[in-house]
Amino acid sequence: MKTNILKFFGSLALLFAFVISSVTANAGTKDDVTKKGSLNCGVSQGVPGFSNADASGKWTGIDVDMCRAVAAAVFGDANKVKYQPLSAKDRFEVLKSGQIDMLARNTTWTLSRDAGLALEFVGTNFYDGQGFIVRKAAKINSAKKLNNVKVCVETGTTTELNLRDYFKANNLKYEAVAFTKADEAVAAYDAGRCDVYTTDKSGLAAQRTKMKNPAEHTVLPETISKEPLGPVVRGDDQNWKDIASWSLYVMIEAEELGVSSKNIDSMKSTDNPNIKRLLGLEGDTGKSLGLAPEWAYNIIKQVGNYGEVYEKNVGANTPIGLARSGSPNQLWTKGGILYAPPVR
Amino acid sequence: MLRIEEIKNSVKKNLRLGNLIPQLLLLFTFVFIIYYFTSNAQTNMASRNISSGFDFLKTNSGFDVQFSLIDYDGSYSFGRAYLVGLLNTLLVSSFGIVFATILGFLVGVARLSNNFLLSKLSQLYVEILRNLPLILQIFFWYFVVLRNLPSTENSFIFLDFLIVNVQGAYFPKFIFTNFNAIFYGLVCAILAIFLARYYSKKLIYERGKSLPVFKISILCLILFTTIFALIGNTDLQLKRAELIQNFGIFNYVGGVKLVPEFLALLFALSLYTSTFIAENVRAGILSVGKGQKEASKSLGFNNSQSLKLIIIPQALRVIIPPTTNQYLNLLKNSSLAAGIGYPDLASVFAGTALSQTGKAIEIIFIVMLTYLSISLIISAFLNWYNHKIAFVEK
Ligand SMILES: N[C@@H](CCC(=O)N[C@@H](CS)C(=O)NCC(=O)O)C(=O)O
Repeated sequence: MKTNILKFFGSLALLFAFVISSVTANAGTKDDVTKKGSLNCGVSQGVPGFSNADASGKWTGIDVDMCRAVAAAVFGDANKVKYQPLSAKDRFEVLKSGQIDMLARNTTWTLSRDAGLALEFVGTNFYDGQGFIVRKAAKINSAKKLNNVKVCVETGTTTELNLRDYFKANNLKYEAVAFTKADEAVAAYDAGRCDVYTTDKSGLAAQRTKMKNPAEHTVLPETISKEPLGPVVRGDDQNWKDIASWSLYVMIEAEELGVSSKNIDSMKSTDNPNIKRLLGLEGDTGKSLGLAPEWAYNIIKQVGNYGEVYEKNVGANTPIGLARSGSPNQLWTKGGILYAPPVR
Repeated sequence: MLRIEEIKNSVKKNLRLGNLIPQLLLLFTFVFIIYYFTSNAQTNMASRNISSGFDFLKTNSGFDVQFSLIDYDGSYSFGRAYLVGLLNTLLVSSFGIVFATILGFLVGVARLSNNFLLSKLSQLYVEILRNLPLILQIFFWYFVVLRNLPSTENSFIFLDFLIVNVQGAYFPKFIFTNFNAIFYGLVCAILAIFLARYYSKKLIYERGKSLPVFKISILCLILFTTIFALIGNTDLQLKRAELIQNFGIFNYVGGVKLVPEFLALLFALSLYTSTFIAENVRAGILSVGKGQKEASKSLGFNNSQSLKLIIIPQALRVIIPPTTNQYLNLLKNSSLAAGIGYPDLASVFAGTALSQTGKAIEIIFIVMLTYLSISLIISAFLNWYNHKIAFVEK
């Protein structure tokens, strides 16, 4: 009889544990992040210029700088970031499950991801489009001439969807050989398993640097899709989304105002109210976001303005070598489409 | 009789009040946990505006798959993509099971051979292949062996029949005209074989003589099909893959194509699993008492007769249960396909379709249910077979 009573209370305790565990409340992402002491940021498994770890494990790239900007805004320290490399296939599930606080992984903003996955795209930090790379020996100079080809592609991407649309629309035959990692897809292409490799053009430039002999390949001129790449957060936290969005916007705004990491301290004596607001010397942008008044100052001082970030990571003088002038990734005042709403 | 008593007793025992309460509570808790998790998931998804349910199976998938047994492209539904993945899983698993079984039997028997070299070689085979992680073996075949084959324009061509290059292996397609003649030939051959078996049994019982049934069967098969094919005017054409050039890009088109991802997975699964089956076979044969062999000899059976009629049937009872496990392992291991891009169920549906739709719960549920069902079918079949060949106690 005694054991039965024990059993009885055992079962009861189990039941109780479940009821209790269901009433723990969900705190805001910013509070969670502050409590943890670091930002968990989802990045790629290695796309040079966007998010790539060097031999010593140091991450660099335009997406990495996006993570650093948010960390600078929240902690006043751009280095308080933990990077989690993710495949295209896994990224959204990992974000949804809460293992990362933000995803900055050359991710295209689409309707079905924004609305269907209950995620929130915070903006665009690189305007891109999909392209093809082929061996020079293939003697092909236009995507219109790709027929009966095998194309290596990464699965779980907009890339594999556009790929089909393109070949279907142009009535060309192809076979898609899909891999779960970019490295595998690139290696397969490099070894001759495929005749073509396709991804965002920035990705082509980045992945090309990993090929055995980069000079043997050529990127075809056509751009077959729009790929606005940007950071993503979960859709259930408006404040966190705002923090991420405005972290991006102030970098763009800073460039427009001529404020950079180098001159920002000398700017403190300026009379320009726009700059004063940006530096937190006037107004209360920080309060609205629940951040310190100098949040934007910290971003620009520690990470840089958009132009600095671009040139450092993917600009014409880097191995990626994507010239900025003439591309959409130029300020609207210079013929591009980068345009930050007023920071006030 | 005894069992019914037992059940009655156990029910009585379990129905005693002191026992009943904890059991009901346990049941209640179990139901509650399931209810809690489903409703929790539902409210969470509803509050985040995530649509749930299986409607997505009917919408078009939008992505293509490189290797499919049925018509499929991105204009077909996600449901169809599921079928593509399922068939690819079944394809590689069933070929894998057949090859692993044949290899396993050969190696297992060779291991017991009196030939020293042969037995040591089989031991080496088993020890090396079963002790290396399977994923490494898959990578070995894929990245080391198949990746280093020549490019399309420099393909190996064997006897104008098999074409091998880094993009895959191509066999000719067999195209028969008037195939039904061969079919009728086959039917007749099978009838003849049954007759021969019946007659041979009768001979044994009546006069103690036997017929070489196996040889007769082969002969019947060849004879009947050729004769019928000749009479019925059957024609066989080989449709080979053709080399097509598009600027500097060469591709083989047509024929039967086996992609390297399939081959690598098949080789690795077959070899790896065959080592375990070989060990089962060895254990099974050793489990049959030495006396059995001696007795069959003294009854005048020759070596192959005693192996076939005395040893193997008894060994099978020991071999089959653990080998069933190996078949199930092979099926489950085939989901390592994702590592090299073979479009099996796990990689097409639980991979690509999941990431394109975000329907994680639904898709994982479907995929788990599918693997579970296939596994249960395989093990039910083998249990039935094992039961059938078990000793019938008279
Ligand atoms: N922008 C596209 C494609 C992004 C993508 O995943 N590109 C690949 C090819 S460059 C990549 O970044 N792979 C890196 C990795 O797998 O870690 C998307 O959002 O679906």
